Amino acid sequence: MDIIKFLDGFTTEKLTARMSSRRGALAAFGVFGTQALMAAAPCFRTASGKEALKQSNGAAVNALQLALILEYLEAEFYIKALDSGVLPNGRPEAVYMQISKHETAHVEFLKAGLEGAGVEPVFKPEFDYTADGAFAPFDTSNPDAYLQLLTLAQAFEDTGVRAYKGQAGNLQGTPFLMPALRIHSVEARHAAEVRRLRAGFLDISLDEDALPWITLDNRGPGMPPITQPVYDGEEEVVQGGVNLVELTEFGAVEVSQSYDEPLATQEVLQIIAPFLGCKE
Amino acid sequence: MEGQPLSKKRDDFKSRRHFLKLGGLAVAGSGLLLYSCIPEDEPFAQQRQSEGDVFDLGSGDLGILNFAYALEQLEAAFYTRVLDGAYWAGASPIERLYLEDIRGHEVIHREFFKAAINAVAPPEQVLPELEFDFSGVDFSNRDSVLSTSILLEDTGVAAYNGAGDLIDLTLYLQLAGKIVSVEARHAAALRSVYLPGFTEFAGDDVVDEQGLDVARRPQTILQEVGNTGFIVTPFTANNLPTE
Repeated sequence: MDIIKFLDGFTTEKLTARMSSRRGALAAFGVFGTQALMAAAPCFRTASGKEALKQSNGAAVNALQLALILEYLEAEFYIKALDSGVLPNGRPEAVYMQISKHETAHVEFLKAGLEGAGVEPVFKPEFDYTADGAFAPFDTSNPDAYLQLLTLAQAFEDTGVRAYKGQAGNLQGTPFLMPALRIHSVEARHAAEVRRLRAGFLDISLDEDALPWITLDNRGPGMPPITQPVYDGEEEVVQGGVNLVELTEFGAVEVSQSYDEPLATQEVLQIIAPFLGCKE
Repeated sequence: MEGQPLSKKRDDFKSRRHFLKLGGLAVAGSGLLLYSCIPEDEPFAQQRQSEGDVFDLGSGDLGILNFAYALEQLEAAFYTRVLDGAYWAGASPIERLYLEDIRGHEVIHREFFKAAINAVAPPEQVLPELEFDFSGVDFSNRDSVLSTSILLEDTGVAAYNGAGDLIDLTLYLQLAGKIVSVEARHAAALRSVYLPGFTEFAGDDVVDEQGLDVARRPQTILQEVGNTGFIVTPFTANNLPTE
C-alpha cells in the first residue's frame, strides 16, 4: 500500500472535514496504523537509496534515524513558520526563532553523529504541513493560520519528547545516550513554552489541560482530534509497578502530570504519517 | 560541525552556569561530602561501618536512585515551604498554579523513589528523610522564591541528564526519562514566567550551540547542592558510578 493511497483514504473521509468533526481520524489511526508504517517506510531513504529504518545497524542506529526524521520535521516547520509572515512579532516570533535554532542544530548534530559512526543519515523526506489540506499554517489568508502554527508546534514538541524517551533504552550503553537525553529535555522545554504560548493566545492559561505539563491524556482545548495519538497513554499512574495514586495523597491528575510517557517507533511514525508528502 | 560530537568524552558537557550565581544563595556549605576519603576498593559494608552513622548513597543503580531521591526530597521540601510563604499567598494566579502543581509533582517523585528504593534495598541502604535549612531563601519575596525554583529545576535537569548513562537497569533509565522531561517543563515554565526576555525558557545559558541541554555528573551536582547549604543532614557519595 503506498502512502498516497493511504492518505487518500485517510483524508477524503476525515481530514478535509472541519477540525471539530474529525473524530473519525482517530479510528483511521487505529485501523490503518500498521499500513501507515509500512507505507511510510520507503519514504525514509539514505543517499545510496537504502531504506533508512531498515538498515541492519541495530536498534541504536534506527533510534538515531528516527530522531533525525523528527528533527527534520520540526526544523523545516519552524523555518517555514518564520518565513510565512503568519507569526506575530515579539514573543511568538522570538520563541519560534529560538526553537528553530535548536531544531536545526539537532539536525546537524544527528547527521554528524550518524556519519561519525559510519552510517548514512536518512535524507530529509518531503513534508506536507497541511496534512493533505487539513491545515494551512503558512497561509496568511487563513485566519486560523497562527493558531494552527501553535497547534502543530505543540503536537510536534510533545511528540518529540515522547519519541526520544521511547528510544532511550535502544541507546543505552552507547555514546549516543547522553546527547539524546540532552536533546530530549530541550524538546521538553520547547513543549512547555509552545503550550504556554498557545494557552495564552486562547486565553486558557489557567486551564488544567493547557498547562506546560500534560494532564492525563488530554490534548487540551482547541487541539484537533487528529493530535490525540500524541497524548494517548499519557494518563499512566503506575510507575515501576507502583500505583502512585494509591501511594500518595494525590489523584490521577497530578500523578499523570508528574511523568511523561514514551512512544514506540511505530507510534511515532503513525503520528507523523499525515505530514509526509512522500510520493513513493 | 567539527570533530566527534557523539564521542564518549566525559568533559563534553559544560557546567555553563555555576549553581550559586543565579540565586545569590551564599550560604555556608552543609555537612555534605564531609567524608570523602574512603578507599574505593574497600568493601561496601566495611565502608558503612567505618563511617559510623553517616549515610552513603551507595553504589551502582542503588546509588543513583538514592541520589535522585535526595534531589527530589530537596525539591519537595522547598516547594512545600513556598506554598506556606507570603509570596505564594499573594502571587499571580498563574504563578500560584504553577508552583502548586510543581510542588505536587515533586512530592510524587519523592514518594516514588522512596517506594522504589525500599522495594529493592534493605532499610539501612535507603537514604533517610533529610533535614533542610532554607533560611537563605526569603519566602515572602518573589525574586528569592522564583530564582531558587529555577535553580533547582535546571539543576534537576542537569542531574538526570548527567546520570542517565550511569544507570544499568533499563527500567530505571526509562523512569528517569519520564521524570526529567517534567523537570524540564517546570524549568522552562518558571524561566518563561520570571526571567526577562522571550527566549529564556530554553535560554542560551542552559542550551548550547549544538542544541544540547545541561548535563552534569552526580558528584558535581552534589557539590553544587552542598554549597547552597540547603541540606543539613550529612551524607556521603563515595561509591557512585562515574562511568
